[in-house]
Amino acid sequence: MSRISSHIRIEDFKVWKNDELILDYSETKELNKFLKAIYKLLGMRYMKFFKMDSLSKMGLVGAELLLEQNPIMEKYQAEEIAVVLANSSASLDVDRKYYKTIKDADNYFPSPGLFVYTLPNIVLGEICIRNGFKGENAFFVQKELDSNFIYKYNEDLLLQKDQNAIISGWIEVNESSYKAVMYLIEKEEGEMEHLPNNIKNLFLT
Amino acid sequence: MDELIEKLKVEIIEVLNLEDIEPEDIDEKDSLFNEGLGLDSIDALELIVLLNRNYNLRLEKDEDGIKVFYSVESMAKYITEHQK
Repeated sequence: MSRISSHIRIEDFKVWKNDELILDYSETKELNKFLKAIYKLLGMRYMKFFKMDSLSKMGLVGAELLLEQNPIMEKYQAEEIAVVLANSSASLDVDRKYYKTIKDADNYFPSPGLFVYTLPNIVLGEICIRNGFKGENAFFVQKELDSNFIYKYNEDLLLQKDQNAIISGWIEVNESSYKAVMYLIEKEEGEMEHLPNNIKNLFLT
Repeated sequence: MDELIEKLKVEIIEVLNLEDIEPEDIDEKDSLFNEGLGLDSIDALELIVLLNRNYNLRLEKDEDGIKVFYSVESMAKYITEHQK
């Protein structure tokens, strides 16, 4: 039975790691400043972060939070670490921002920096580039979190595809609405069993 | 041209989201790419858009890009020479 070795939640301008509240930024109510506060909390030095869209920023800091005391690259080969994420609005948040740069024929200046983020799976690439992961990756768009589907998909990766660790979860960003629940699955380490109900509970907590 | 150089520094920081970098941190003679500000190919495209949107300029030849976008100073020189 595989295990969940750590989990994080980013919601309501707060960050929880393994159920412990580690950042409360609720006085600001600005997503970009909140994401920058998480970046600072982690002590990151990664200038590319500031060029990313909100979805990639959230995925990147989420992965960083999961891994900060668990350097999985020391335990597993790069090819054995997968990233599997899901959300409901794909990259709609940055799609809208990009559309604003092209909607006016008299002020038509398509932004390359926004365009490169107009796919939800870009967040997977950003996490893999930052951490050097070379395993399987997938991004699913679902109306709501389908914990049974994600569970089965990830178990299959562990059993059939020689993956030893998976960063998985839900990252939703759509204008002012956002929520990230991410968890690290390992084959043998972790206090929580990797089961659909436990995934659902992480999401609902 | 000094005024244009300072204006360009502010515009580059804004358009490329160079957080934690102030205009005075950028030496106008330093390379914008590689060892300088470490910009990448997407940033280069954003600089082309900046030149077009803010100064109504398009590069006459693609190969001019390397020289024009070498530094803030070379960008300012190109704008000064080509803006009507």
